[in-house]
Order: sequence, then structure tokens, then C-alpha cells
Amino acid sequence: MTYIRKPKFANPHIRSNDLGLTHRDYEGSLTTLCGGCGHDSISAAIIQAAVGMSLPPHRVAKLSGIGCSSKIPAYFLSRSHGFNSVHGRMPSVATGANMANKELYFLGVSGDGDSASIGLGQFCHIVRRRINMLYIVANNGTYGLTKGQLSATADPGSRTKSGEESQYDNIDMATLAIELGASFVARSFSGDKSQLVPLIQAGLSHKGFAFIDVISPCVTFNNTDFSTHGYKNTWENYQALSSIDYVPMRKEITTSYGAGEDKEITLHDGSVIHLHKTGSDYRPEDRDNALSHISDYRKKGKIATGLLYINQDQADFHELNDSVDKPLNTLASSDLCPGNEVLQSINETFR
Amino acid sequence: MPEAIATSNASRITPITRVNDFVVKFANVNGSGSASANNMFAKAVFRMGIPVSPHNIFPSNIQGLPTWYEVRISEAGYLGRRDGVDLMVAMNEQTIRNDIDSVLPGGYVLYDNSKPLGPHLLRDDINYLGIPIKDICLKEFEKPTQRQLFKNIVYVGALAAFLEIDFQVLTDLVGDQFRGKERLIPPNIHALELGHQYASNNFKCPLQIRLKHCRKTDNKILIDGNTAVALGCVYGGATVAAWYPLTPSTSVVDAFGKYCKRLRIDPGSGKRKYAIVQAEDELAAIGITVGAGWNGARAFTATSGPGISLMQEFLGLAYFAEVPIVIFDIQRAGPSTGMPTRTQQSDILSCAYASHGDTKQVLLFPASPGECFDFAIEAFDIADNLQTPVIVMSDLELGMNEQMCDALQWTDGREYDRGKVLSEAQLEELGEFARYRDVDGDGIGYRTYPGTHPEKGSYFTRGSSHDDRAAYTEDGNVYAGVMDRIARKFNTAVGFLPLPEQIDTEQENSSGLKLGLLFYGTTTSAIQESLDSLERQGYHFDTLRIRAFPFHESVQQFIDCHDRIYVIEQNRDAQMKSLLKIECDASNRKLASILNYNGVLITAQHIERSVLEDLATFEQTAANTLSSRA
Ligand SMILES: Cc1ncc(C[n+]2csc(CCOP(=O)(O)OP(=O)(O)O)c2C)c(N)n1
Ligand code: SF4
Ligand SMILES: [Mg+2]
Repeated sequence: MTYIRKPKFANPHIRSNDLGLTHRDYEGSLTTLCGGCGHDSISAAIIQAAVGMSLPPHRVAKLSGIGCSSKIPAYFLSRSHGFNSVHGRMPSVATGANMANKELYFLGVSGDGDSASIGLGQFCHIVRRRINMLYIVANNGTYGLTKGQLSATADPGSRTKSGEESQYDNIDMATLAIELGASFVARSFSGDKSQLVPLIQAGLSHKGFAFIDVISPCVTFNNTDFSTHGYKNTWENYQALSSIDYVPMRKEITTSYGAGEDKEITLHDGSVIHLHKTGSDYRPEDRDNALSHISDYRKKGKIATGLLYINQDQADFHELNDSVDKPLNTLASSDLCPGNEVLQSINETFR
Repeated sequence: MPEAIATSNASRITPITRVNDFVVKFANVNGSGSASANNMFAKAVFRMGIPVSPHNIFPSNIQGLPTWYEVRISEAGYLGRRDGVDLMVAMNEQTIRNDIDSVLPGGYVLYDNSKPLGPHLLRDDINYLGIPIKDICLKEFEKPTQRQLFKNIVYVGALAAFLEIDFQVLTDLVGDQFRGKERLIPPNIHALELGHQYASNNFKCPLQIRLKHCRKTDNKILIDGNTAVALGCVYGGATVAAWYPLTPSTSVVDAFGKYCKRLRIDPGSGKRKYAIVQAEDELAAIGITVGAGWNGARAFTATSGPGISLMQEFLGLAYFAEVPIVIFDIQRAGPSTGMPTRTQQSDILSCAYASHGDTKQVLLFPASPGECFDFAIEAFDIADNLQTPVIVMSDLELGMNEQMCDALQWTDGREYDRGKVLSEAQLEELGEFARYRDVDGDGIGYRTYPGTHPEKGSYFTRGSSHDDRAAYTEDGNVYAGVMDRIARKFNTAVGFLPLPEQIDTEQENSSGLKLGLLFYGTTTSAIQESLDSLERQGYHFDTLRIRAFPFHESVQQFIDCHDRIYVIEQNRDAQMKSLLKIECDASNRKLASILNYNGVLITAQHIERSVLEDLATFEQTAANTLSSRA
């Protein structure tokens, strides 16, 4: 399908954000995904998150691998530079892009095939390297683009539309991310914008590697009643460990919460998240607690969602590297080249 | 008694008699600490002003397997390898038999006679120089590690007496080597003296082969290609490096890191003006490079054949999405793990057309460490200007061996040429931005870095088919148009690349034939010696050294103007010749191959033999054709 320009209707009622931009300024080109595909809801959530937090779109670099999910960066933030790379290798491209200019926001979107199979190695290593970015896996338990093969996140016993049953143990990307040292790990559902939008905002504000595993049903190949990644199972078994609100920096906090029910976390950029308890005694700063909750829920056939883990005290890649303040891609020859005199003294060491 | 043998058969031996022109080879056990002693020897020759070229022939092993260090000394400046050994320092019992066999008649063997040599090791046409190295070290040194390490220094001391190495030069070298660890200087000098004394007291020194000060290394340095590449990356403005360890490329990024620690620290803050990632594999290494190149940093990776194989998919992406990156391929003997510590030029085709689909990559072929430095710098400018990967084709021989070259030079005031990149102000003035539009007719569009302008200049980079605004399309004609434009870009490319180095007199040989030698990279080291020798035998050859791909038109002209051209390269399948046949109008009738793929550098003698053999039949056929036409 060729590029279709989205029709633009002027709507004077659309509210503009702090940057004077409206929802329209954050949109992308028209989606080419199947109607009802979870991935489109993720695009919509990203747009809503970006408008709401007044993210300057041109300061965002959006990257992806290959798959239906990896197509979505074309469908949001057309003022951002995008990079649809090769299958499973977005983490390395994002790493390099981040090394070159640490001042941009980096938003990676990938699929479960892209990140849990062909790109599992790269996924593990970008987590380890603590690249400052938000990494979203649109997880549908299948390979949508190649027409419905089982993916490595499909739970054992889960069945696709063609009736193929997953026999092997699945990879839980959120657990993996926590174990490998990600400092912000969440799980959500494309169908629950009230949770997904603030998580995306918090993930973008977080300094360090932020990961959100978003269950995002593939309506065409993996939305059966026997699929653990379909709408039915997700709606039925989805349980938030806490609910979340995001308040961008400079915004006044207007809602009030009952004492003891609320946890307030100020993120690195000055924005604030509020976590409201939903009954369970959940401590998102406690790594072991997070891991045991995820596995306990899983044993009961439930899906633990919400902000699973956060650690704000971790140095990111550039802090570990001790990079100069200016982005590396802005350094000129005068910053980088030691000059001929130094070279002549180096020559002396080779005589 | 070896000395007795040496003297008793001395009458029958005609000793090799040469000054500043011979080959010394060291046979050692890997991991025995011989490397720095052998290097000290080569450096001493260099400091005496005599051209020298050491070649490491080492195993894929950390300790225990045999390793050799072959030092060609040539006042005439022949820096290639030469067949045959004049003096063998035989320190490895596993290989001593073959090592002694490889000595030319009239040559010398220096060995440890703490234990007598078996009769099977005695030849009557060479000279034996026995030194009780082990006994000397046992007697003079306390610690077991010293007793082991100083064996190497003792034989260097003996060589100093045998070859008349300036002892002051050696002691200076020891001082330089142990700067900061001064307490190690006296025992090292003592070990040198022990060897020197024993040799002087027991043999007639110097030998008939010996060294003499000259002035042929003024303004020269002795440096390995990988270090020169690393310095080129520092001077060329690379800020991002990603790599995965792989012999023989590892020392590129090692050296880059070492120099960055010295030269790329911001004086005010003490922070780094660079970032290096040791990636999880070569796929990630090139992915990081592509991401950084896309985002406006000068980025490179260094690898060898196996890594090039893993990088194929990304090379296609970078070609088609037009992302500038630089790759250093330090070639080694393949396929697969092949001979990982031996040299070859066998990635030519896999790099020239790297990746699936219609692709072509820009290649540079340095032939000396000096060119490694210059081409590394150039590679970044070329990649930025052409918006495509540039692969610098070095090899193990060039990368890991010290070679003599002119001192490195940088022109102060030279700015990095980043090619067509639009600034915020330029975007502001611009009407419509179209990333892949051929505005200037040279096949190269204008690019932008992410984050430049709030409203203009963003585009979507993708490896799938796109139109000139970078938008997805499945319109086959639009796709074909983009492919044609990229092909045009490779015509433009030629103007940015280093020209071939050509010596073209078009002088006819007595047979009426015009002959040529065509070569690239490390085969260059043998050319002058081959030419001089062939000239002495009455043959004249023009030469063309390829320095870049796609080829400059002068390559075609060179082929057109000569009747027989020998393409000299170090792989089995004549890869450069194949490339010439694909890209130029050339036939097998014109192009003949001289190949060497045993993992060690080609010699002038090999080239000469092959040329003469071929010419014998070729001249005959050529004469027949001429007469039948007449
Ligand atoms: C090297 C390579 N191998 C195979 C493919 C084919 N392929 C494209 S997308 C895909 C799977 C995508 O699955 P996922 O990441 O889960 O994305 P989804 O379509 O489900 O959103 C595969 C196998 C490819 N593009 N590249
Ligand atoms: S195939 Fe599945 S994943 Fe792909 S667009 Fe359709 S519904 Fe979405
Ligand atoms: Mg999927």
C-alpha cells in the first residue's frame, strides 16, 4: 500500500498543550494494520501521552524492528525522526542513536517476535547497558506479520487461530527486564488506556531504561478464546497491582488522595506519579517483591499489570560512560582532533 | 660439540656475506615472553637507520604452540617477506628440525646448547652458534620467571655481538620499554650483556652477515596498521565505536580506547568525548554504528571475515537507507574460523557486494600503516559525503605487524566534511524537505539529524521501499527510481575516493608486449623487489595499485593499454580479478592471476616465478597469433 496522507480537518475546539500543539501535531500517517489490532491502540496511547506531557515531538527519536508492531512508529509523531530498522535489532540501533545524542527522548517499539526471539540477545544487552529510553513491546503472543506463528511469549497451552498449541515454556519479558537490571518495568494492556497512557508518560520521564510489556491482541491470528494473549483472556485475568496517575512537571496537583492509599514518586524530570493501592501490599521499589508478585499472579492464571518495578538511583549509560555534557554528535573537529603537534609527539613513540 | 662442528665444517661452508640485507627468524614457544625481546631486536635495527620489516607468524593459542617472528632487514628498502632464512634463532624444540631445515646454505642457527643438539639436527652446510642460554640464566637469576624471561634477552644480547648491533641503542630501548618500572632496567641490561659476552668470547664476532648504521629511517616510524587506524579514527573525529572481539581486528578498538583516554578527555570536566561499547556480537556492533551514524555521530566498528558475514543484513539497510558508517575489515584466512591468525585478502567479493539484493559497497585498500591512518580519516569524510557505508580493507599482515612508513601527518585547520546535512536555519529557509530527492543531480540527497527543527526535516528511515520523501511505497517504478539514483551515487563516489597509484610508462618489452602488474593492500610490499628483479632480467612492467572500489576509470584504461596484466592477490579464488571482470571490460586473456593463500605474506620471489612461468607460454601464444594474423 502506498503512502496515504491523512485528511486534515481543522477543528478549532481541539485543545492545545503547553507547547501550543494539539493532538493533530502528534499524529502520524494512516495506519495499515487490521481493524481492531491492539497495536493501533498503543499508537493512540502514545499520542495521548505525548500531547498530555507536552513532549516536543521533534525531540523524540522513535525506533523499531520489523513486524506489525514495529510499523507503528509511522502512525504517531510525524514530526519525530523515525527508524524502522531490521528484525530484532532495534536495541542496537537505539543504543547507537542514544550514544550519539543523549539529549533526545528515545522511544522504541517492538514486538514479541522481534524482542523475545530473533532479538532476545539484543534486548538483554540493551537492558544491561541501561540506555535511557522507553522500550515498548507490543506483545500478542504471535508473529502477526508472518501470519500467525506462535511466539516465545505464548504461554504453554495457549492456542492460535489455526489451532497450533504452544508447548514450550514462555519468556516473560517483564521478569526478564527486571532480572537484567531495567530500572522501570511495567506491564499493561492496549485496551486499558487509563493505565497505559500514564505508564508511557512515566516511562518517558524516567531516567534510565524503561520497559513496558503491553499485551496487544492480534485480532487476525491470535484472538481465540484459547489464547492467553486475546482480548477475552486479558480482560478476564488482568489485575493491576496499583493504579497510576502521571502529573507532568510544572502542573499543579489537583486531585487529593486518602492517606495511606497513595504513593507519590517524583521522577527525574520533575514530573510526579501517584500510585494508588488496589488492595495488595505492593512495593514497586523492591525487586524481589516485584518478581514474586509476577510469578504468584501467573500461577493463579492472572496477569499482574501496572508499574511493577522502579529504581531511580541507577546510573544510565552516559553516566557510566562519563560522557561529556554536550551530545557527541555536536562535537566539532576543534573538540575532537588533537592536532598535528600532538601527532608528532605520538610519532616519537614509534621510533 | 656444536662449536667444534661449526669450526670443523667451517672450511666447507661458504658463509653468507651480507651487510644490512638478510632475514633473521625467531622460532619461539607462544607465551614464553619472546615477543617483546624479538620486538626489541627489530626496533634496534630500525634505530640504527636500517629499513626493517618484522612479521609475526603466530598460532591461535595463548600458550604452548609454536610462534615465529621473521625480520627482514633491507637497506634497499624491500619490506616484503623474502624466501629463506639467513639466521635462525631456534628456541622451540617442537619445531627445531623444520626451523633448521629452512636456513639457507651458508646461514646460521643460534640455539641453546645447554643440551646438545641431536645428530639429526646437524647440517654440514650451515653454521651453528650454540649459547648455553638456559645454564646462563640458571646461574645468574634467582626467580623461575626471570630465568624463563631473560632467556629471550640473552639471545638478543648474543645477536648484538653477532650482528654488531649498537649496544647503546639496545640499552636505550630497554630504558624506553621500562620507563616507570626502572627497577627492571638493570637486570635486562645484565641479561643483554651476558649474551653479548658469551658470543664475543666464544665466536668470531661479528659474523659475515651484519648490520651497519645508515640513514634510511629518518622521518620514518615503525607502527602497526591497527594502531594507525585507531589514530585515524581519533583524528577523523569518530566518537562512537562498537565492536566484538575478533582477531586480528581487536587491537583497533583497544588502541582507539587507549588514545581516547589520553586525547579525548574534556580538560574542564574530565569527561569523555567518546563512547565505546563492546557489543554482544557483530550484529549489534554494526547496529550501534548504524544508529549512531544515523543520529549524526561519526561511528565505526572493526571486525574480520566472520564478523563481516554477520553484518550483511545491516550493510544492506545502511546502503538502502543511506546511513554513513565506517567498518574496518582486518582480513584473515577463511572460510569459517579458517586460519584465524594468518593473513589473507579474501573478503573482497563479500564486501564489495555485501548484503542481499542489489548492493554495492565503497571499499578502501590501504597498503601501509600511513595509509591506514589517512584512509581512516578519509573514510569518515567519504561516508558522510556519500551517505553510505565505507569498508576499509586491511588485513592481519598490515594490522598486526609493525611496518615502516612515513611519520603520520595531520593538517591543522582541516575541518571534518560532514556532507549534505541541513541545519535548523537551512531547514527554516527551505520549502519542502525530501530526504531522498536528488536535488543536485549527483545521486545524493540532503539529510537531517533528529531534533534539528521543530516542524521541518523529520523523516522516516526504513529498509523497506520508499519514495523520495522517505514514505513507504510499493510502487515498483518508484522503487526502481530510487535504486537507479543510488546507482548514480556510486558514479559520484569515484570522485571522492583515493585514486589508483599508477606507474605507467607504456614501455614495450622486447617481445612487443606491454605488461602490467596490478595489486592492492599488502601485496604491495613485494612489488618493488619484483620489479627490480624482473627489470634485471630484461622485463619491464607498468604498475597499478588499486586503492578504492568502485574503480576509477584509469583502471579500465590500464587494462586497455596492456597486453598482459598480472593481478596479484592473497586469496584462492582471484577475487579482485573477478571484481575487475564484473566491473570493467576485461577478459581472462588479458588478466592473469598471481595468487598466494597459505596465510603468510606473498614474496617477491613467488611473484617473479609466477610471472616468468606465465610469460613463457603467453609470449609464445602471442607470437603465434601475430604470425598467423600476418
Ligand atoms: C531476518 C528476518 N527474518 C524473518 C523476517 C520475517 N518476519 C517479519 S516480522 C516477523 C515476526 C514479527 O513478529 P512480532 O515481532 O511479534 O510482530 P507482530 O507482527 O506480531 O506485531 C518475522 C518473522 C524478517 N523480516 N527478517
Ligand atoms: S496481523 Fe495481527 S498484529 Fe498484524 S496488524 Fe493484523 S491484527 Fe495486528
Ligand atoms: Mg507479535
